[in-house]
Amino acid sequence: MEKGFIFYKNHKQFTAFFILAIVVIAAAVFAPLIATHNPYEAVITNVEQPPDGTHWFGTDKLGRDLFSRVIYGTRTSLASAMLLVTITLFVGSALGIFAGYFGGITDSVIMRISDMMISFPGLVLAIAVAGILGPSLMNAVIAIVAVSWTKYARLARSLVLRIKNKDYIAAAVLTGSKTGYILKKYIIKMTMPIMIVTAASDIGTMILEIAALSFLGFGAQPPVPEWGMMLNEGRAYLQTAPWMMFFPGLAVFIVVAVFNLLGDSLRDILDPGMLEKGAAAGGNYAGNTKYYDKL
Amino acid sequence: MTKKTIASRILQIIIVLFGIGFFTFGLTYLAPGDPVKAMYAANGSIPSEEVVEAVRKKMGLNDPFPVQYFNWLFNCLHGDFGTSYSLNKPVVTVLLQRLWPTLKLTLFSLILMLFVSVPFGVLSAVKHNKAADYLIRLFSFVGISVPSFWLGVMLIYIVALKLKLLPVISTGTGFKNVILPAVTLAFPMAAKYTRQVRAAVLEELHQDYVVGARTRGLKESTVIWWHVLPNALLPLVTLFGLSFGSLLGGTAVVEVIFSYPGLGNLAVSAVTARDYPLIQGYVLWVALIYMVINLFVDAAYEILDPRTKVR
Repeated sequence: MEKGFIFYKNHKQFTAFFILAIVVIAAAVFAPLIATHNPYEAVITNVEQPPDGTHWFGTDKLGRDLFSRVIYGTRTSLASAMLLVTITLFVGSALGIFAGYFGGITDSVIMRISDMMISFPGLVLAIAVAGILGPSLMNAVIAIVAVSWTKYARLARSLVLRIKNKDYIAAAVLTGSKTGYILKKYIIKMTMPIMIVTAASDIGTMILEIAALSFLGFGAQPPVPEWGMMLNEGRAYLQTAPWMMFFPGLAVFIVVAVFNLLGDSLRDILDPGMLEKGAAAGGNYAGNTKYYDKL
Repeated sequence: MTKKTIASRILQIIIVLFGIGFFTFGLTYLAPGDPVKAMYAANGSIPSEEVVEAVRKKMGLNDPFPVQYFNWLFNCLHGDFGTSYSLNKPVVTVLLQRLWPTLKLTLFSLILMLFVSVPFGVLSAVKHNKAADYLIRLFSFVGISVPSFWLGVMLIYIVALKLKLLPVISTGTGFKNVILPAVTLAFPMAAKYTRQVRAAVLEELHQDYVVGARTRGLKESTVIWWHVLPNALLPLVTLFGLSFGSLLGGTAVVEVIFSYPGLGNLAVSAVTARDYPLIQGYVLWVALIYMVINLFVDAAYEILDPRTKVR
């Protein structure tokens, strides 16, 4: 307990963003308590009401309360982004660790596929995959996993290569440890912390990508409250009901900003120089935002 | 680049293209939904089962997968990417038509981005940890987190609807139609590049040659603009190439918002209409352009920075 306080005291910036992130997550968890209306309930007499005392963010084209929909949208966005990050982390790390540890043909095959994916604009493929599989939130997640695992695989592979030839691994092999045991006990243990930090700092980007695909109509489907889709629905009513676009967009912006700030400060704590060094080399950091500029 | 490295890069591009071709063809083969029905649906009619069966036979859709794949590949290698279901035109013609508007938008937004990010990045680095630096960092932070689709729509609302300065829908490709989409695309990019320029300049400022130039009594502005900046921008050339390539293929969201007649908009409507030949053609073309641009950028990088020449 004592230790925790000292950590938070020494990293005020991180603590502040961490609390903000908790607030966002709490909004998602306690959505039913915060929302003032049922997000699915369409009241035809209330169509396109501007924001007022009862409908804080106004109502949409079906008379649903926008505030409640935005709050429930936090659930959709956070849940799908977490799912996406977890799957990407798992798939990418597993393939990267296999490629790095076993080398040879395994390595060549995995890395050539990864080369193929990287020499290619990600969103194009994501659109193609989401479009061909059919529009749904799950398919959008699959599409983004399909284009973003390579970054994790590369990172995991390079980490494994760095520790693979260490003496303690050789000692483990020599004393007859099974491969599975070495992987579990040493390799995964050594690589996972960095992989998880990378994943955590990617949550903001992932939320944006899901919202972008939903905005294009390849993600969440009505009537699920999802920010990207709500923006798409509101687009036609820009002239008469601008609040239909304003509030969901603001929600995306705030949540993405909170998670980006959290990710940045997390990386600053672990390696103060890493961010700027990576940026200068156009390397690691550029990789993190690589998909962003396609949106 | 030696002739050998160029040759191996070109070979690599060809291999990747084959891989992507197989991947997209496989995906469309496995995709749910009947392309023949999709084709008729795109033209607004519901065919009888006999008609569907006859057309399937004619298009070779009943052949086994390898036969279909090699037929498709054979046609692609002869420059025939098939006919778009929804537009009833050859895929190549449609893609070429849409390439120029997207190219225009891409170039315009890249130029805009450079005009913002280079001065901001340099200023931010020179005024390290001063008020100007914090302001610029705030701007770049906002730029990185703001969703481009929201920014685009807000720009339409303010500039086009409220101030009535520009048209709401960019159906043409004139200057007035390009400016808002270009600003929308440039804003997040400028934010990202400002960070990169700042970091690169900060790193260069610690180099010995900067101290040397200052001791020789050169003006600080000369040091920054003529000595530091060229060195700082070098590593960003590669990144610039990546952005250029991905913009060409991935301006979809912004093009849809502004109804801009570019490649991205085409791709989205192709996906919505399940227009498989068009999707395949689009993916292959964009991959080709992206890789060729990156090849040129890497070659240019060696000319700009002879130190990287492989000996």
